[in-house]
Amino acid sequence: MADTLDTAHTDPTEPGLPALQHRHLLGLATYSAAEIRLILETARQFRDVLGRRIKRVPTLRGITVVNLFFEPSTRTRISFELAEKRLSADTVNFSVSTSSVSKGETLKDTARNIEAMKIDMVVVRHKSPGAPHFLTQCVDAVIINAGDGAHEHPTQALLDLLTIADLKPSFEGLNVSIIGDITHSRVARSNLYALTALGAHVTLCGPRTLIPYGIEEMVEGGRVRVTHRLEEALEGCDVAMALRIQLERQEAGLFPSLREYHERFGIRLEHLEQHPDLIIMHPGPVNRGVELASEVVDHERAVILDQVTNGVAVRMAVLYLLAGLPDGEGAG
Amino acid sequence: MTPDLLLKGGILLDPQSREMLEADVLIRDGRIARVAPEIPAEDVPVYDCADKLISPGWMDMHVHLREPGYEHKETIATGCRAAAFGGFTAVACMPNTDPPIHTRDVVEFIIERAAPLPVDVYPIACVSKHRAGKELTEMGDLADGGAVAFSDDGAPVQNSGLMRRALEYASMLDRPIINHMEDLSLGPKGHMNEGRVSARLGVPPVPALSEEIMIARDLLLAEYTGGHLHVAHISTARSVELVREARARGVPVTAEVCPHHFALTDEAVAETHFSTDTKMHPPLRTAEDVEAIKEGLRDGTIDAICTDHAPHASFEKEVEFIAAPFGILGLETAWGLIGRELIEPGVLPLAEAVRKLTVEPRRILRLPVPRIAEGEPACLTIFDATTRWTFEAQHIRSKSRNTPFVGAPMVGRAWAIYNKGHFVEAR
Repeated sequence: MADTLDTAHTDPTEPGLPALQHRHLLGLATYSAAEIRLILETARQFRDVLGRRIKRVPTLRGITVVNLFFEPSTRTRISFELAEKRLSADTVNFSVSTSSVSKGETLKDTARNIEAMKIDMVVVRHKSPGAPHFLTQCVDAVIINAGDGAHEHPTQALLDLLTIADLKPSFEGLNVSIIGDITHSRVARSNLYALTALGAHVTLCGPRTLIPYGIEEMVEGGRVRVTHRLEEALEGCDVAMALRIQLERQEAGLFPSLREYHERFGIRLEHLEQHPDLIIMHPGPVNRGVELASEVVDHERAVILDQVTNGVAVRMAVLYLLAGLPDGEGAG
Repeated sequence: MTPDLLLKGGILLDPQSREMLEADVLIRDGRIARVAPEIPAEDVPVYDCADKLISPGWMDMHVHLREPGYEHKETIATGCRAAAFGGFTAVACMPNTDPPIHTRDVVEFIIERAAPLPVDVYPIACVSKHRAGKELTEMGDLADGGAVAFSDDGAPVQNSGLMRRALEYASMLDRPIINHMEDLSLGPKGHMNEGRVSARLGVPPVPALSEEIMIARDLLLAEYTGGHLHVAHISTARSVELVREARARGVPVTAEVCPHHFALTDEAVAETHFSTDTKMHPPLRTAEDVEAIKEGLRDGTIDAICTDHAPHASFEKEVEFIAAPFGILGLETAWGLIGRELIEPGVLPLAEAVRKLTVEPRRILRLPVPRIAEGEPACLTIFDATTRWTFEAQHIRSKSRNTPFVGAPMVGRAWAIYNKGHFVEAR
């Protein structure tokens, strides 16, 4: 398949090739292990494209994608935009600061207006959990969730998985710890679904005030555990994902100070020394000296920039697989 | 245009004595002229009540009629239309209107607007001016104008000192204080019940604790002051337990529950993919809470069933989950859900369910219970508890559409009401 990606006749419906069972990517809660593997495999092939001098394929020529961002985002939006451009899609950006949303237009009206301009796919980020689900009821376009409140951020989890898969032989039995503000983290939830679907064990670690009641029961089979001690989370851990902590949580009384947070939950150089195989990840942007000590961010076992690179490839894969192009159409 | 009518072949259910009696009922000039078996038809139109029951008119003691101020959601007229469809001859309406029901003129306005309608409307006035939780309203004047109780409903009284004075002052007027039980500091910006489902969905939650801690406080205040506390729309297992314990030691407390709190759980938010028609205050709770509510209904801890009928315009509800206002319609679906969830499964005997819609709300609000007896004004509901039907959008009589029950199976149907000289069939 890699050979055909840069030709004009890419055909995802080719016999023998698996297909996604979903029309949208709203979250990973309902995606099977096979679907996740398909996305990762496709992303690897697109990553080859990104390694070439001409980093562009005509796969989505004639397809129009709108990036509908109701929350500020730099890296996710740029990553999607690059993925769209690499696939030769037409892209439009719509972000809250430059839109009519500030004039009080409803999400439904915004979506329907955009659809009236004949859009094929919508990449949406919104502060409300379920906003992408709501959009599927308003418009016919394919919806890709780029983060909905604290619910899901599926492409982030997929790029995290691709990064891990490059370094570890298998997800089966892998121990991944997610450290930080679990309550407000869509990254944590999407990773929980995807990692456990592929057989990994997940430890959630953070202050009690930032871990929601009932989170262990989110996935079946006892693959998730919770601890409030970083040492426990790092013991036997293969991959540690630190999450960004927002200063506004301190203002809301959920933890006392960034200083104390770093003391108890920040990953420092000594932790890397104690755990010589430990890989460090972070969805960014990093607060240096808070979630991760500055030296840890720059350490060779921190793969934060690999995550960013993989982000473009994963988003290309998702866009390509969901475009659902019938035979001969769209690739021009 | 007061229609004379002969109700033929029905069974009279007296919720006071819990007795049933086969009899015809002749209504002339809006009054019950005769109650007897086999009354000859003579000159009056006959309404066939075969296989139907007739009870005193039902009352929903917790609705939002939205008028004045929010007539785009509901009016007193459309709300009463929905009430009549649901079998209710009376409603008590909450004061979160604009202006709020915090002065006597608003009480009188509502009563005047409702006068020509087939449904009796009893205003519930504010505890505090502007529902701001600072100063008491002129409760005496409001009560004289016709307010049957006091509540700041959606803006629960946070200040314990004010709540104490409200209970004291209202007890002097023999009126209950109805509190929407919520300590707002425990669920700031919460949109659904805190638990497994909210953890999974990442929706900012409100814990059951927020309701329970407020009930615990108010029970102590009611005990201390002797004022009558009425717990609005009780929704958690621990809340039921708190009320049960308090009642056992003589605290003057009563409680009500809404059908959606025993017909649905918070899983509905996930199952409907964040439908805003699963969003209300208090939120849908867990299966354990539903079981405890049923037990509370069975043992009498929960006195009344109300709906918290809360219309919102489609454009207000057709938004992303956290932007949507709280509340759903309730009047049209109440009886079908009571039949499905309580009567058919044997949680409540039929007569007890009817008591919670007739005798109990009026006892709480110090209103006389209508009687089906010769010489009395005709105020009655014609219904059954067995008809299986599916609630559809076409059955909505409210001005709004926000219900999660479109397409839901119902057991039992209200067929008609007669009240204030009006005969309204639910067709």
